[in-house]
Amino acid sequence: MITAETLMGVLLGSAAGGVARFQVGAWVTQLAGTAFPWGTLVVNVSGTLAAGVLIALWPSDHPTSPGLFALLMLGFLGSYTTVSSFALQTLNLAREGKPVRAAGNLLASGTACLGAAWLGYQLTMLVAPLP
Amino acid sequence: MRLHLAIAAGTALGGLSRYLVGIAVVGGLGLAHPVATLAVNLLGCLLIGAFATLTGPQGRLKVSPTVYQTVVTGFLGGFTTFSMLSVETLDWAHANGLTSAAVVLGLHLIAALAATWLGHGLATRYNASRPRNPG
Repeated sequence: MITAETLMGVLLGSAAGGVARFQVGAWVTQLAGTAFPWGTLVVNVSGTLAAGVLIALWPSDHPTSPGLFALLMLGFLGSYTTVSSFALQTLNLAREGKPVRAAGNLLASGTACLGAAWLGYQLTMLVAPLP
Repeated sequence: MRLHLAIAAGTALGGLSRYLVGIAVVGGLGLAHPVATLAVNLLGCLLIGAFATLTGPQGRLKVSPTVYQTVVTGFLGGFTTFSMLSVETLDWAHANGLTSAAVVLGLHLIAALAATWLGHGLATRYNASRPRNPG
């Protein structure tokens, strides 16, 4: 159901998530260079790790604080992570004649993000299991 | 600072659009959440492939770096999502096993690459179809 609270949560969380992605991406690129899209990979892996933590803390069907869930999960982490930049950068690697790096980015993104979500979920269930 | 504000506004709009598409697909059409995530990711990838090529070196669309970042990093970055995709894939793995989850995730990402490539291809054709009387 759409409420003013969830709409505000999505708007504010998304705005912060986009700026955070831009900033983290810029820092990582400064450190690691531009030969491989490390920035987007670091953003997506850290974002999915945090999403795994949140999913373990929140009962999935009826979130207890829908506004906070919208702010953190649907807004911030939803917008912090991205598939479009990942896909554009992977396609560009392939078009620049670097198929190994393109395939490596595809494999690394898929396995690392799924692994990070799993890790975040499992660790949180160990420390703070749902009631 | 101006660039950050532009990216924030673009991402807010992209995230809101993703949320509303989710409500339309899940609440309106009665489909599952992963279908909504697939829809936003494929549409966002089609658009990023097209926009990057339209505004590229051979592109017919000239935009400032701020506009480019607002659309690509902001709107399309916020519209598409890897965190929802991963969490939904984790749910799928709990219900159907890891192998089937890995296949679903792999197909999703390959479809995202195909959508980007399609957008790039359409924009390349448009760029090549020059107006009849240049200069």
